[in-house]
Amino acid sequence: MPDHITLRVTRYRPEEDTEPGIQEYEVPLREEWAVLDGLNHVKDHLDATLSYRWSCRMGICGSCGMTVNGEPKLSCAAFLADYAPGPVRVEPLANFPVIRDLVVEIGDFMSKLAKVKPWIIEEPQAGRGDEAGGDREVGRGGLVGGDTDEHLQTPAEMDEYHQFSMCINCMLCYAACPVYGLDPQFIGPAAIALAQRYNLDSRDHGAAERLDVLSQHDGIWGCTFVGECTRACPKDVDPAGAIQRYKLTAATESLKAFLLPRGAK
Amino acid sequence: MARRRSPEPYLWLLFSAGGVLSALLMPILVLLFGVVIPLGWISPPGHEDLLGLLRNPITRIVLFALCALSLCHWAHRFRYTLYDGLRIKHLNELIIVACYGVAIIGSIMAGYLLFVSL
Amino acid sequence: MTDRPEYTEFHPRWYRPRMSTYWWLRRRSYLAFILRELSSVFVAWFVLYLLLLVSAVGQGATAYRRFLDWSATPWLLAVNLMAFVFIAFHAVTWFNLAPQAIVVRLRGRRVQRRRIVASIHLGWIVLSVLVIWLVMGR
Repeated sequence: MPDHITLRVTRYRPEEDTEPGIQEYEVPLREEWAVLDGLNHVKDHLDATLSYRWSCRMGICGSCGMTVNGEPKLSCAAFLADYAPGPVRVEPLANFPVIRDLVVEIGDFMSKLAKVKPWIIEEPQAGRGDEAGGDREVGRGGLVGGDTDEHLQTPAEMDEYHQFSMCINCMLCYAACPVYGLDPQFIGPAAIALAQRYNLDSRDHGAAERLDVLSQHDGIWGCTFVGECTRACPKDVDPAGAIQRYKLTAATESLKAFLLPRGAK
Repeated sequence: MARRRSPEPYLWLLFSAGGVLSALLMPILVLLFGVVIPLGWISPPGHEDLLGLLRNPITRIVLFALCALSLCHWAHRFRYTLYDGLRIKHLNELIIVACYGVAIIGSIMAGYLLFVSL
Repeated sequence: MTDRPEYTEFHPRWYRPRMSTYWWLRRRSYLAFILRELSSVFVAWFVLYLLLLVSAVGQGATAYRRFLDWSATPWLLAVNLMAFVFIAFHAVTWFNLAPQAIVVRLRGRRVQRRRIVASIHLGWIVLSVLVIWLVMGR
């Protein structure tokens, strides 16, 4: 194994540049080093002006998403030895605006995430006023709240949504998705997968609310099942599968609502 | 709760049904009638036999479903390919009318051919 | 979408990369995806061809004969050969993706993906054999 490997890193300094450029750095090629370690070496010893995000360095925080040799990867999970002899092209995460060097603006994803309400939505209890206000659809018939605040869930019930709960919000799926690249209004794979994580959770009663957000044109129907999101996902969440399953659910719900307009639920 | 009535779910269901039917039935049909019989590797079915087969009500229904749903499948898929591949979303209305319009006309023609003129 | 920000000294200009019109040539998986989507054109073509066949059969033995002769012309044969390749590609990709969309449960346990794909393919073969038998004369 050679001693060093070249990193060709995108640099973008908005105060000076109008367009990104490339800068080359030679970093040690250690067997256990990932691209992130290479970048840290650059920052510590070669060029302190390089900007990039990282945190846990072990593939669980989702901060270090970048494009490595054209593929969306977590830089802490892309090992230099796999790219030897190099050079390795390191670019900011695709499909997002670039703030500086390898740092991208993720506000779009954050707002979409909030839109799908990724939290347990309690069943509105009979007798209590509706906090949300407006015409909120009541879930299945009044299971008046039990005497405890505990939710009980069997392992089988947890299995239903477990895979989708593995999402670390790293946005590699957004970088891989050509639909999102072409139309940034598309709500995107992770948001839908996370909505599914809650829809399939037996403790949750918010499926109807999420359906309204997701059934719009920029919601699930924009997806054409390219499948790249699942390929890019470092946690095997399979967002493509989540989306297709949700399409089926949403379609059957629409059909039911159409055929049995009143009191279908 | 007032849900915005969008036709997308139904279009997607038609697309999926068409996808399943065309995937199951078309490969063998195109192999037989498009490649193998024209090439002469197999002798074509006799006119009387084929007419009898086509006149069977089940055959008519299956073929109609195949043609109509496959056209819906094409319309939906092609519409999205035009968005993604050629990125002409601004011609949205035109594309929708053209694609689904052709599917509807084609289905009507299939119905006529299979149930009326055969 | 994030609001259009005001660019100040402390809020620099973001660089927004534009997606090339030839984005689908960048990666093999993207190209495969576009080809898969274009297979629908051949599906529509074959519907037309099938309806022409039905129409010819309905018009009588001479029309049927004429159709068969026409189907043997070289350029049409080439088109149909391509149609077969694309339609088969559509079928294979569709069956491979179907299990991702549907979770099948048998006796409480999730059926493995391989098995679903295998049974779909098996059903496909059985159906094709049935069609051959029906068409070629029982």
